[in-house]
Amino acid sequence: MRNSVSLGKLAQLIRSKNAGPFWITFDIVFENDVDFERVVSAKVLTKEWISGTYKIPQDSLIFVEIPAARAIKFSFPRPRIQGDLGETDMYSGQQYAPLLELQIS
Amino acid sequence: MTDPRISLISPTGALGMGFLDESLERGIALKPDVIACDAGSTDSGPFYLGSGTPKMSRRAILQDLRRLLLARDRLKVPLIIGSCGTSGVDSAVDWMRKMTLEIAKEEGLKFKLGRIYAEQNPDLIADAFKSGKIDPLPGAPEINEQTILNCSHIVAMMGHEPIVHLLEKQCDVILCGRASDTALFSALPLMRGFRPGPVWHCAKTIECGAICSSITRADGVFAEIDDNGFSVEPLALDASCTPLSLASHTLYENADPFLIREPSGTLDTQNANYHALSERKTRVEGSVFRPERYTLKLEGAALSGFQTVAIGGVRDPYILARIDSWLAEMKVFFEERLQELTGKTFGQEVRLDISQYGRNAVMGDLEPLPQEMPHEIGLLFTITAPDQTLANDVARFVTHAASHWPIPEWKGFISGIAFPFSPPEIDRGPSYRFTLNHVLIPETPLSAFRFAEEQAG
Repeated sequence: MRNSVSLGKLAQLIRSKNAGPFWITFDIVFENDVDFERVVSAKVLTKEWISGTYKIPQDSLIFVEIPAARAIKFSFPRPRIQGDLGETDMYSGQQYAPLLELQIS
Repeated sequence: MTDPRISLISPTGALGMGFLDESLERGIALKPDVIACDAGSTDSGPFYLGSGTPKMSRRAILQDLRRLLLARDRLKVPLIIGSCGTSGVDSAVDWMRKMTLEIAKEEGLKFKLGRIYAEQNPDLIADAFKSGKIDPLPGAPEINEQTILNCSHIVAMMGHEPIVHLLEKQCDVILCGRASDTALFSALPLMRGFRPGPVWHCAKTIECGAICSSITRADGVFAEIDDNGFSVEPLALDASCTPLSLASHTLYENADPFLIREPSGTLDTQNANYHALSERKTRVEGSVFRPERYTLKLEGAALSGFQTVAIGGVRDPYILARIDSWLAEMKVFFEERLQELTGKTFGQEVRLDISQYGRNAVMGDLEPLPQEMPHEIGLLFTITAPDQTLANDVARFVTHAASHWPIPEWKGFISGIAFPFSPPEIDRGPSYRFTLNHVLIPETPLSAFRFAEEQAG
């Protein structure tokens, strides 16, 4: 049984970004197939986890694993339309922090 | 019968971001059939469309545009610029036209210049809405006629057809209003009869320039399309386009990495395969394009008010320990003072937001560590009002009262906020919001756009 490691340590890139003014998208990219497969098979980064962490219903989530890009991607409608009054992150560039501490077995 | 292959260069991700001269030289030596470059996006927020102001400076645009016009002149191939002036409103196309003519004169260049205008009259869009010609996209806000009429600008994102229309009229340089980034690159290949699957996927891959390669600086790529696929290589010799870097680029800023909607249909990259032709060059095959009902994406923005902001910091541990209640108490006073001065209350018309940088200001309600305390907190006061004077008037009593708001631990008059500026209030000007996430069903792919042609030089 190997030690668990945080997603932030395992991924080569974790980022969040607007996908147009109405959606936010997250990319988790891995350096090699082993790390990618490890995260996929650990089944920790799931629709359930995302839905709980980002407080959005599962049915408004797009979640895909992309072996060709060694990446996991998920997207959902932005909680607030980009730039509406009260905006905190115009590019949605700093919304990925909770992913870093996710423990992968 | 089509040519066996067609080649393109995408010199940079966004006009005005710059690129290396030697990269462009290398691109010219590869003898592309077309140069295309995007100049706009909604990415930076609603201000640019709302106000019609470009994000890039005139200085930066002039420098890139001059180099591209000179390159085009040497190659005698079309140069296509999309989404002029960030938002692609009519005045931004005119702004770019002026610069283009200025450069033509200075450099002694002669070419046929075409313009495509994409701005929409809110009255006509409201009519289209009434007659059921406007459909919401998934997650679109509820709109009515008034929402449309309130927009300061509305643009329709053109497909490749309007660009083909001007290419057929032998335009050498085409300045487009709001355009799908991919349409700029797919117009000539589609006009020459290449298959839409490889064409659209190639366009999608190279629209951001060298971002699809191993480097992240602003620079260009060269692509070649044939009937079975396409290949891409970066113009910079220290960069490479690998199967991974190209596949990764389909992720960027797309909600769905496999299905990408264009006005005329959907690009499906699910079965695309990527293989390296060399260390720097990768080939892609297997992408398909499915025609669908023709739609034009609309973008609209409306004024949401005028803002004044103030920035200050708190370091006193006694204040930090009670910061939430300290801010809550002063808000009660602000409310009373606003009523006294203007007869208004905070809410829809006048709005006060106080964010605590260092504590949940970035993620708000989604912050997983809401109770963590730093040793100092940055406060951002944002006042939004129907006019700038009112926003500033409110900000002035807010900053003054806030900086001296008492805490029980200290007896006497305190200065509890470190303001870096005098005056602490900064007028931000108008603020806008995006109002439309809808598509227009046009009569034809050209019917929503207006065209102009002229001889330059």
